Amino acid sequence: MALVINNVKTFPMGGVHPAEHKLTAGKPIETLAVPSQVSIPISQHIGAPAKPIVEQREKVKIGQVIATSSGFVSSNIHATIAGTVAKIDKVMDSTGYKRDAIIIKAGNDEQEWDESINLSIDLVKEIKLDREGIIKKVAEAGIVGLGGATFPSHVKLSVPKGKKADCLIINGVECEPYLTADHRLMLEKGPEIIVGARILMKALDVEKAIIGIENNKPDAIEIMAELVTDEPGISVQPLKVQYPQGGEKQLIKAALNREVPSGGLPIDVGVVVHNVGTAFAVYEAVQKNKPLIERVVTITGKDVKNPSNFLVRIGTPVNDLVEAAGGIPENTGKVISGGPMMGKALNSLDIPVAKGTSGILLIPNEEAKRGKVRVCIRCSKCIDVCPMGLEPYLLMTLTQKEFFDRVEEDKVLDCIECGSCSFTCPSNRPLLDYIRLGKKTVASLIRERNN
Amino acid sequence: MSTQFLTVSPSPHIHSEETVKKLMYGVIIAMLPALAISFFVFGIGAIYVTLLSVLSCVIVEYMLTRYVLKKESTIMDGSAIITGILIAFNVPSSLPWWAVVLGSIVAIGVGKSAFGGLGNNPFNPALVGRVFLLVSFPVQMTSWPVPFISRFQFMDATTGATPLAVIKEGIDAGIPVSELMKEIPSYLNLFLGGLGGSIGEISAIGLFIGFLYMLWKKIITWHTPIAMLGTVFVFTGILWLMNPDKYIDPVFHLITGGVLLGAFFMATDYVTSPMTTKGMLIYGVGIGFITVVIRVFGSYPEGVSFAILIMNGFVPIMNKYIKPKRFGNKKNG
Repeated sequence: MALVINNVKTFPMGGVHPAEHKLTAGKPIETLAVPSQVSIPISQHIGAPAKPIVEQREKVKIGQVIATSSGFVSSNIHATIAGTVAKIDKVMDSTGYKRDAIIIKAGNDEQEWDESINLSIDLVKEIKLDREGIIKKVAEAGIVGLGGATFPSHVKLSVPKGKKADCLIINGVECEPYLTADHRLMLEKGPEIIVGARILMKALDVEKAIIGIENNKPDAIEIMAELVTDEPGISVQPLKVQYPQGGEKQLIKAALNREVPSGGLPIDVGVVVHNVGTAFAVYEAVQKNKPLIERVVTITGKDVKNPSNFLVRIGTPVNDLVEAAGGIPENTGKVISGGPMMGKALNSLDIPVAKGTSGILLIPNEEAKRGKVRVCIRCSKCIDVCPMGLEPYLLMTLTQKEFFDRVEEDKVLDCIECGSCSFTCPSNRPLLDYIRLGKKTVASLIRERNN
Repeated sequence: MSTQFLTVSPSPHIHSEETVKKLMYGVIIAMLPALAISFFVFGIGAIYVTLLSVLSCVIVEYMLTRYVLKKESTIMDGSAIITGILIAFNVPSSLPWWAVVLGSIVAIGVGKSAFGGLGNNPFNPALVGRVFLLVSFPVQMTSWPVPFISRFQFMDATTGATPLAVIKEGIDAGIPVSELMKEIPSYLNLFLGGLGGSIGEISAIGLFIGFLYMLWKKIITWHTPIAMLGTVFVFTGILWLMNPDKYIDPVFHLITGGVLLGAFFMATDYVTSPMTTKGMLIYGVGIGFITVVIRVFGSYPEGVSFAILIMNGFVPIMNKYIKPKRFGNKKNG
């Protein structure tokens, strides 16, 4: 019997629908072999890099803290394999820059876990910790937004004075083409995600939670909807497939019809959004005392022999995933960390998997390069697809001409960098490239003005 | 792998595969039903004028971009072909060859290349060509071959007046509309294309099919055409209700004299129309309003071309001040 999905919602303004290519939707999560060496960057999150607290040649266990959070907006980093610290060195990460990372070589006893971690797979439903306890535990476990933004989760849970959340949204949208990590997690770890949502609700002191899922994942909607039938306050919201619905502002608009004000945060409309992966990590941290040492990564691409969803230790080189998926196709022209719309192009396969790595996408040569840039024919398609109501063609021109006061006036800082404009432009104009430049310049001009 | 270079570029890494070429050829496909009906109604004259104007536009575009602007030739993108067909659409099927060529030179040369080519011209090139011909050669530009009769004639075609001109002259002479209606073809004929007029304006049904095709292919949005047609309908409707003897009914206005041609294919020209939907609505209303004013109160029987050109002039200022609805900027969140 086919499931009938009713009450499908979406955000009203802009958006595109790229070909989905969810090649790995039917591939269960496999645990990738533990690598013999990991490079764990100390900056895998938005905010200040963590401070290393281990020395060279020091022995570490799985789950042991090796770098501590260096401020409120920062995050702990944990050892993801057991062994010895080989060195702390500059290692290239997904940004393309060489930055500090802790390199651990596996010892003889690969399975040596930190004793405080509960490794049983039994579902623990009862939440013992109180509000403060949960936030502290989430911070200790080094949990950051696993949807890709990598914003430290404990910061989102610490609602500022004077603001009040009334609804939690669990983001199971996964609107990027190709990626299926969140999809598989919902299918396989649904009960844990629900407990994770309960924990987040307790931390935020809210009675209501909505799990947003696009209806290209009817199996996930069905499973989650069944799981929440006896969970008061939690509901599943099916969403029409439309990119960038996974963006916080679009998801809140779609699910609750609330509009986060320009320059504001979701909490300004009483909402906090966490990814399903984050909810699962919170479950493991709070109920099992297990820090964030691994995550689900989709390795995919049109010519990849065996596209898969792997549970991967943080710090594993991307190459290990590629090999496990059948090796790199001969015609690979581009390697992307993340999805094709917002992911980062990598210049090497030695780059380690980080907390924010939701997928590795191998793109063939013929799709790797952009098309020839032509003149703007003023078709206004970039305006039609902009989910923020901006004028990408104009922001690009104004940035090129360095009219930054007008760039600011025309709300460049509202741009969420979803890429719908560049995706759509029939003249292949690099709209988002210039908008990013405009954003950066305007932000620094504003900083200057305030000083 | 070591010998393989990876491309590194900022996101997004995929493209919709929409191209200027695809959009332009989509417009050309949309013009085919109206063109086919016109070939059937006006015969060889229509075929001859269309081929000649397309060929002239493409050659003029090639020469100018290649040797004057010294840019890469843009004839393959299809925009010159569109201008060519649109010029043919806007002239009688008996127009002499030199006028067709001259109109094409003015359209592409003055209307488009003089401003820097595709994307830079403020006025619709085909209309620049058409209006140039109309004011320079009014006799040739207003000799309308009679439908069907002159299918195998060209220069020596039997000509008559367009329904709009019949009505206009009749009303000006003080004849009541009800009398004049006897002199024009039935509305069904008007709708299908059996009337005198320019090559592209005669078949409402052909134009309408093209419009639906462009909407379906998402080449254009409904805003400009519907705003324009709605305005023409309402404005002429009010006049007609006030005095049906002096003013003809709104349906007649909609299906004659290039209102549909203008609404679907010329007011929707990307380059010369506003960027925001709000702007498009205002632009459409403006064109509709000016069209009716010219038709009813001016000295020309038809006013679509002038109306579009006048509103083209307002597009830059509309783009500057009419902004889309920004996300998160309404009061009280």
